[in-house]
Amino acid sequence: MADFTPVSAAIGGALIGFSAVLLLLSTGRIAGVSGIFSGLLNLRSEDKGWRIAFIAGLILAPVIADLIGYGMSPPKLPSSWAVIVVAGLLVGFGSRLGGGCTSGHGICGIGRLSPRSVAATVIFMVTAIITVAITRHVLGG
Amino acid sequence: MWIIAPLLCGLIFGAGLLISGMVQPTKVLAFLDIFGAWDPSLAVVMVAALAVSVPGFMLAGRRERPWLAGQYFLPGKSEIDLPLITGAGLFGIGWGLVGLCPGPALESLATLSLGVVVFVVAMAAGMITHDAWQQARLTAQRERLLVSATDG
Repeated sequence: MADFTPVSAAIGGALIGFSAVLLLLSTGRIAGVSGIFSGLLNLRSEDKGWRIAFIAGLILAPVIADLIGYGMSPPKLPSSWAVIVVAGLLVGFGSRLGGGCTSGHGICGIGRLSPRSVAATVIFMVTAIITVAITRHVLGG
Repeated sequence: MWIIAPLLCGLIFGAGLLISGMVQPTKVLAFLDIFGAWDPSLAVVMVAALAVSVPGFMLAGRRERPWLAGQYFLPGKSEIDLPLITGAGLFGIGWGLVGLCPGPALESLATLSLGVVVFVVAMAAGMITHDAWQQARLTAQRERLLVSATDG
């Protein structure tokens, strides 16, 4: 547990929860990032303004942080392009089929005490843990 | 000016992912790696987020409508069905492979990392594939109904 960072995790988590509450109180929308993003991909949907604004804010956050001296380092990703592409496809397809992702089900859905979201969160945690166990400890990634 | 609200929400959400470290796949994978050097930080993020969102959502539920819209847009489904189980299962495999989920992936576009761009494009392709498949299934279903109606 060398890298456990409970204080920054608690502050960051509280901000994520606050953002979800503020979005619901102001626009009446759920802060599920997969749902917000996929609505932009549908050419026929008309409610694109708030979606673009939310995602713009999400991308601007590290830019502003960089300006005040807290630059974000680029994420460390697997060296295999195939793994990145397959993972992206699974995350995109799975989040649509399952009706949400870590934010929509894990924060907003559970926050609304939805049994569907509790189930989805338990399931994706379990398959993610199994995936990491296999890639790191069985295949020795 | 209503557009300020979702922009501000995105900024706060992004700040939360940055401060908690959850924007970094290494941090997420360290949580998922329960057989390795386990880092429980992500669990603290979830608990802290829920500590704010549960009472916050209850408060919102008592209001007739949101400040800037005529109604709430809430998911209506409540049953745990096969698409939910399959979808969440596939999502978890993808999440575990790289350590990125949609929020951190989009936020990481700010670093201009080519790997992130490729991941986001693949994620969009996965979403479009799902929606096209659903659309095709609905159309086929409607045609079957029409055929059986004329048969009868």
